[in-house]
Amino acid sequence: MSDWPRVRLHVVTGKGGTGKSTVAAALALALASHGKNVLLCEVEGRQGIARMFDVDPLPFEERRIAAGLTGADGASPGAVHALHIDPEAALLEYLSLYYRLGRAGRALDKFGVVEFATTIAPGVRDVLLTGKIYEAVQRNARNKGAIEYDAVVLDAPPTGRITQFLNVSEVAGGLAKVGPIKNQSDTMMTLFRSPRTAIHFVTVLEEMPVQETADGIEEVRAAGLPVGGVVVNLTRPRDLRVKDLGVARRGELDRDGVAADLARVGVAGGDTMVDGLLHEAQEHAVRRALEDSQRKLVKELDVPSYELSRLPQGIDLGGLYELAASLRQQGLA
Amino acid sequence: MSRPHHRVGPLAAAPGSAPVLDVDALLDDPQTGIIVCCGSGGVGKTTTSAALALRAAERGRKVVVLTIDPARRLAQSMGIAALDNTPRPVAGVEGEGSLDAMMLDMKRTFDEVVESQASPEKAQQILENPFYVALSSSFAGTQEYMAMEKLGQLRRDAQRDGTYDLIVVDTPPSRSALDFLDAPDRLSSFLDGRFVKLLLAPARGPARLMTAGLGIVTSALSKILGGAFLRDLQTFIAAIDTVFGGFRVRAQQTYALLQAPGTAFLVVAAPEPDALREAAYFVERLGQEQMPLAGLVVNRASRAPLGDLSADEAMAASARLKRESAGSETAPVTAGLLRLHADRARMVEREATLRERFAAAHPSIATAVVPALAGDVHDLDGLRVVGGLLAGDVAGDVAGDVAGEE
Repeated sequence: MSDWPRVRLHVVTGKGGTGKSTVAAALALALASHGKNVLLCEVEGRQGIARMFDVDPLPFEERRIAAGLTGADGASPGAVHALHIDPEAALLEYLSLYYRLGRAGRALDKFGVVEFATTIAPGVRDVLLTGKIYEAVQRNARNKGAIEYDAVVLDAPPTGRITQFLNVSEVAGGLAKVGPIKNQSDTMMTLFRSPRTAIHFVTVLEEMPVQETADGIEEVRAAGLPVGGVVVNLTRPRDLRVKDLGVARRGELDRDGVAADLARVGVAGGDTMVDGLLHEAQEHAVRRALEDSQRKLVKELDVPSYELSRLPQGIDLGGLYELAASLRQQGLA
Repeated sequence: MSRPHHRVGPLAAAPGSAPVLDVDALLDDPQTGIIVCCGSGGVGKTTTSAALALRAAERGRKVVVLTIDPARRLAQSMGIAALDNTPRPVAGVEGEGSLDAMMLDMKRTFDEVVESQASPEKAQQILENPFYVALSSSFAGTQEYMAMEKLGQLRRDAQRDGTYDLIVVDTPPSRSALDFLDAPDRLSSFLDGRFVKLLLAPARGPARLMTAGLGIVTSALSKILGGAFLRDLQTFIAAIDTVFGGFRVRAQQTYALLQAPGTAFLVVAAPEPDALREAAYFVERLGQEQMPLAGLVVNRASRAPLGDLSADEAMAASARLKRESAGSETAPVTAGLLRLHADRARMVEREATLRERFAAAHPSIATAVVPALAGDVHDLDGLRVVGGLLAGDVAGDVAGDVAGEE
């Protein structure tokens, strides 16, 4: 059972290097069960979705990219669609949908206004990107024939920028004090602040990302935006029992016992092998201890947390489904 | 027992034989005046910059390090937790050299540029304009531009006063590899753009011919954004135009400085596909721009396990141990050790493959591989360890150090 049944817009943020794009993709797969349609969006022009799902680079157009994760009951899965949101295309689409600005739209482009608005005009880029996301969540009759999604997952900008990114009415409000953009951004804020949105933070169990997650949660809350869960990514394997960890850390594992076990199962290599394994165990135990101290900090954040272990072979498409299954089992999806 | 499998075929002769980056030679060379560390987010750029700066200082150089967003504890231990945009001496540096450090305050740097270029009234007008406020604090690219601006300033001051002979710069975690080199150009091309020109002088010169079109544009914009938006924009552009000449000249100077022989770029990466892909972009882009690339730093590499036991063998032995070892108290521990070993062997193999591929595509790039540390780095001792690893020292017993800390 999902912890977030009412959420339609899942925003996935995190510090660089924590794997937020991977988590966003896995979450989209996990949500796409029982015939549900899920849209996975990226906004940073990296084409990360195309690479993860091994498809051609995405245009500014919704594309079906994968079947969702099959449910435990074997019910047929839904589908994950992807959208690469590009601010220039979003602006032109917006102008034609809402203003029927055929000629003026082209004139705007000709005068460099589109480029201006999408690269330089402060905040406008973000408003365009979030505007398209809003449109995908709140489909209405203007966009004829488009799929109505059961959920939208956003591979969002990093933690340091997320509040600014979603706080569109503040940015747009500071510049356009009246007029449709102002009204529009207020409507968007109503969705972003509602329980139908959840902002999930991806972190790894290291000091700086955990600190940044704590700061990010505080900032998001202060802006009145809804905090979702914390996804702890890339955790180390737990092949040593807790009671053995302390012993391993102090370098006091039973060397002779280990040597005898190795000999019994035919592992050659003598002392070097035994010392090597014990040294690895010690390093592992040190890192586990550091992880545990950070895990404790994550628990103290007092939001639901989910863990994904590091896959030693890296992430491929199969790995994404594996992570999706884990997220669903833990209740993020 | 089987050996780890060997490569056969055309690449067998040189599997990922990247030349080794001689960090100490780079730091000791008096010609090296600037080191720029670039790379994607989360790969340890800040730590690498700080460690290089400390090592250079302790080898006798007069160093200043410009960091962007250091971890709080690291900033505190370097004495730069307070943002004041000026270099401060770092206490505890050993030897003849010296180390100053500063954290970049993007907005303040921008404000200072405006203040130094415009009359006080004009400056005030610019600083209060909402477009300026947004541009100086949130425009993607401003941070990159300001890092370069600050670098130029530090360099000019250092040459005038003889304060520093080496500047180490950490760069912002750009959204893409291109942001950082493009930022000065983007700012200039914006201020130089057609739209801006039209707003500035809608009825002069050749623009007059286009005023019919412009009418549509401005009325469309007013309709969407409200009239105040355009008025603010016009004021902003008129004001910033007067200081713009200064911007452009400085951007060009800084660019030339980066291309000069005294500069060394280090591309920082982690042994992950995304980080190495970004690193490849950087390497190629720096080449195109004729920027002097000194080498690649691969952080957080998994340490190769001791002993000659493959992942598959370790897993098989672990399974056998589970089946056959009733009575052995240590069996669960040993089985766990074997699984850990298998995990590490797989990681090491995967990372080696990634690095080999990078080296195959960029065979001439000197590379330093820095093994992952057990803990986070938050003091000078930690930075010394990283500096040592960068320079190729044999890894000390880091695990023991950190274990004692709890």
